[in-house]
Amino acid sequence: MIVPSSVATTGPWAASAMIAAIILTSTAGEVLTAKAMKSIGDLDDIRAQSGMKGAIRAVVTCPLFFAGVSFLALGFFSLLFALNHLNLSLVAPASASLTLVTNAVAAKFFLHENVDRRRWTAAVLVCVGVYFLAH
Amino acid sequence: MAHHTLTLRQYSILGLVALCAPLGDTCLSRGMTQLPPITLAHPLTLIAAVFTPWIGAGIALLIGFFASYLTALSWADLTFVLPATAIGNVIVALLSRFWLHEPISPQRWAGIALITVGVSFVANGPSYTEPPVHVSSAALVDAAEEEQVR
Repeated sequence: MIVPSSVATTGPWAASAMIAAIILTSTAGEVLTAKAMKSIGDLDDIRAQSGMKGAIRAVVTCPLFFAGVSFLALGFFSLLFALNHLNLSLVAPASASLTLVTNAVAAKFFLHENVDRRRWTAAVLVCVGVYFLAH
Repeated sequence: MAHHTLTLRQYSILGLVALCAPLGDTCLSRGMTQLPPITLAHPLTLIAAVFTPWIGAGIALLIGFFASYLTALSWADLTFVLPATAIGNVIVALLSRFWLHEPISPQRWAGIALITVGVSFVANGPSYTEPPVHVSSAALVDAAEEEQVR
């Protein structure tokens, strides 16, 4: 990972570890949340049958959902922690773009999604695009 | 109930996911920069910040984002929803260019182009992977439907 000299106070290993922590926790959060929503079923159907309250009840009574949200919260706090030590222009694009690729890998192995060549290409293109746009 | 092609309603939910997140972030950023610096010594000022108009609007937009994001994940793959959300950044960049007349560097134009191409790649493919248990029966139903169409 390329670390600019402006982050001289924090070494490249510490910077990489902080960004890796954001990526790992938020990927775990996304995958667990996606798994929870798949286990609940089509929310539009649930809302059509038992109303908005029924849909909210279906989500908040799912333990996997809370596991997912806890990891997303951990990801958010590790982002705040990293922002305390590193530049926003390094942390925001690096974490936002790399999570797209780690999510594609995690979705393939843990959610058994059909990540074909089309989706790999898209993940890599969007990853580079987000980095360029946010940098 | 195979959602390989999305309905208009599902596209509008994906649109909400894409737009609410960057607009919410923009509102929060605008609201927070208007406030005097907040220190850990006075944490209560953070609670007061929630009730200012920009931050309130930002939080409402982000709640809308999370609700529509969860809805989208209930009928589409994570690897389909996540790239689709990235198009929101492109829309906000274009809005700030043509509405607020902020300049966009060549590097950011390249980013906009890459995201747009990437999203169009996923959007042209199937939105949902059938669970393996149901693959054979779902494939049979799909094949039967296709036969009927022919």
